Amino acid sequence: MGIQVLTGNYTVALAAKMARVEVVAAYPITPQTSIIEKLAEYIDKGELDATMIRVESEHSALAASFGAAMAGARVFTATSSHGLLYMHEWVHWVGRARIPVVMAIVTRAIAPPWNIWPDHSDFVDQRDAAWIMAMGMDNQEIFDLTLQAFKISEDPRVYLPVMIGLEGFILGHTAMPVDVPDQKLVDEWLGPRRQGFVIDGSEPLAHGNLAWPEDTEEMFMDIQDAMENAKKVIKEVDEDYGKVFGRKYGGLISCYRCEDAKYHVVTMGAWSGDAMEAIDYLREQGYPVGLLRIRFMRPFPDEDVYSVLNNSRGVIVFDRAISYGSMGTLYLDLVGNMLKHTRTLPYIRNIVAGIGGVNITYKDFFNLIKSTIDSLEKGEEPPVFHWYHRR
Amino acid sequence: MGVSRVVPPLPRDMRETVLPGHAACHGCPITMALKVVGAALGKKVILVVPACCTSVVVGAWPGSGFNGSIIHVAFASAAAVASGVAEALARRGINDVHVVAWAGDGGTADIGMASLSGAAERNHNMIYIMYDNEAYMNTGIQRSSATPPGAWTTTTPLGKKEPKKDVARIMIAHGVPYVATASIGYPHDFYAKLKKASKIKGFKFIQLHAPCPTGWRFDPSLTVKIAKLAVETGLWILYEYENGKITLSGPSKPYIDKSKRKPMIEYFKLQGRFKGITEEDIKAIERYVDEAWEWIKKYM
Repeated sequence: MGIQVLTGNYTVALAAKMARVEVVAAYPITPQTSIIEKLAEYIDKGELDATMIRVESEHSALAASFGAAMAGARVFTATSSHGLLYMHEWVHWVGRARIPVVMAIVTRAIAPPWNIWPDHSDFVDQRDAAWIMAMGMDNQEIFDLTLQAFKISEDPRVYLPVMIGLEGFILGHTAMPVDVPDQKLVDEWLGPRRQGFVIDGSEPLAHGNLAWPEDTEEMFMDIQDAMENAKKVIKEVDEDYGKVFGRKYGGLISCYRCEDAKYHVVTMGAWSGDAMEAIDYLREQGYPVGLLRIRFMRPFPDEDVYSVLNNSRGVIVFDRAISYGSMGTLYLDLVGNMLKHTRTLPYIRNIVAGIGGVNITYKDFFNLIKSTIDSLEKGEEPPVFHWYHRR
Repeated sequence: MGVSRVVPPLPRDMRETVLPGHAACHGCPITMALKVVGAALGKKVILVVPACCTSVVVGAWPGSGFNGSIIHVAFASAAAVASGVAEALARRGINDVHVVAWAGDGGTADIGMASLSGAAERNHNMIYIMYDNEAYMNTGIQRSSATPPGAWTTTTPLGKKEPKKDVARIMIAHGVPYVATASIGYPHDFYAKLKKASKIKGFKFIQLHAPCPTGWRFDPSLTVKIAKLAVETGLWILYEYENGKITLSGPSKPYIDKSKRKPMIEYFKLQGRFKGITEEDIKAIERYVDEAWEWIKKYM
């Protein structure tokens, strides 16, 4: 099909269509709305053979998705911000049910005050719900990730739902060129839906009933194992996708100018592009710095992160969400996971920025990274936690 | 010799549906009702069950006390999950499986109301059965909006002040193809309504009056007697709604004549929950019942 210029939201809708989803249950919320509008259009025009359930709330959006998935359908939904929070009970339910479902999260700040602009607060809030969680950097990656999400979710070694994060407006409403493969190729690559069990009345089957503590714990331990398996599966799927479609990203993380880097920047999501631009300028000025981009927040890429950052002279983790009373969410994850592999951590700084949609440009990244490295070179350690507010 | 049957037995061996080892209290209406569901709909049933007594009644994993499929779901979501199941089955061309949302009054009249209303408005192909035991029994007998006035619960220690929310009437207002009320005291009537519902495409709603010995404070041997008394006093009216018209069901027919109804006190005095009921409460309930009958007569 070749290059199309698509907003992030239309990209997601197109990828779900090309994955041949059979049931879409969704409720509109800014800035996600145009995803479901596009899907409604595909379905009503007969371009996508699927059933759309126009539910009365986000809570029901994921509940209906769960029901359809249980009964054997490939399912997709999308949400954002307060919709995701309203759905949160079901996010846990679907994860713990081990039922493949794919959901796009067009990330946005949480109220009050009302704020429609992007940050990662809604997305990171779901991290303990047994979902595989990925964030893309641009619309091409969002397209590829969405297709890959179905493959990962429906892998028998995984059988966990997957959410794809894309920043509201920055990706959601911004049009970019997207290389769209042929439907035939997608069909061949993705194949028919696979799931661990189907409840369709063909045999008596009960799911989710009361289980004793030890049984429950075993089921939850299985989820942890499935997450571990998912690390392998995600890398395999990325490699395989690269072979078939010509694009691969590095699996759980993506590295930019890391090979000879002595300092490292860690980001997740769309603003990684601005950080990369800043790194190019810093490189021009002789700063040996590279970018490690977290593509998957769950399972957390602990080995990959460790292998890149272990010998770093200094790391800056940029967070677009904060766990109030503590620190940036990604930072907390990263430090905890590094400690799985080493007792001697490099200096790791946490800069929280861009909360509530505050615009962070390559200049902000440039100045923050430069000043941090300059301090470290002088033998000074700037405060580990810094909330950067650009007024 | 022995007891003669007034009515013919239900057509299936009902012991096939609810299996030994379930965890219901003595005299529980749920097991009785599930047997009727099994008798009417067969084994090709998928129950969608939110948090409620039934979550416990069917017993713990890896067993299940219901001989059919069950999907246990989060509290507010029975109708939403059933929507998804129904649509996926329809897409797959599976037409011989009944999707049944099976929820208590809390999961229906309160926390589940939005998803119920949504599913009804979208007219998904399912039977929604609200087993109405008039309080949150699974959490320890707290008031729901379907608790009748005057009734003691652990959150209305002096008796509920507000009237019972009329969910069947709310569902009629949705214009769905079929709405019925039923009672565990009249399994044949419930059976017939399930049979009829199973043949209608779209959203069907049945509100099943289900006296709870534990929560209503009566002897477990009296479940059926009390259920029947609710009908015989005119308090609980059995009817069906189809095509804009209400039809009074057999067991309730005599009581359209107010003089044939048993005194309400017969019903109240058997239940500990009405121990504190006042004359004023009874007058309010009588008014409420009269209004309900008047409303039904209008649409008959």
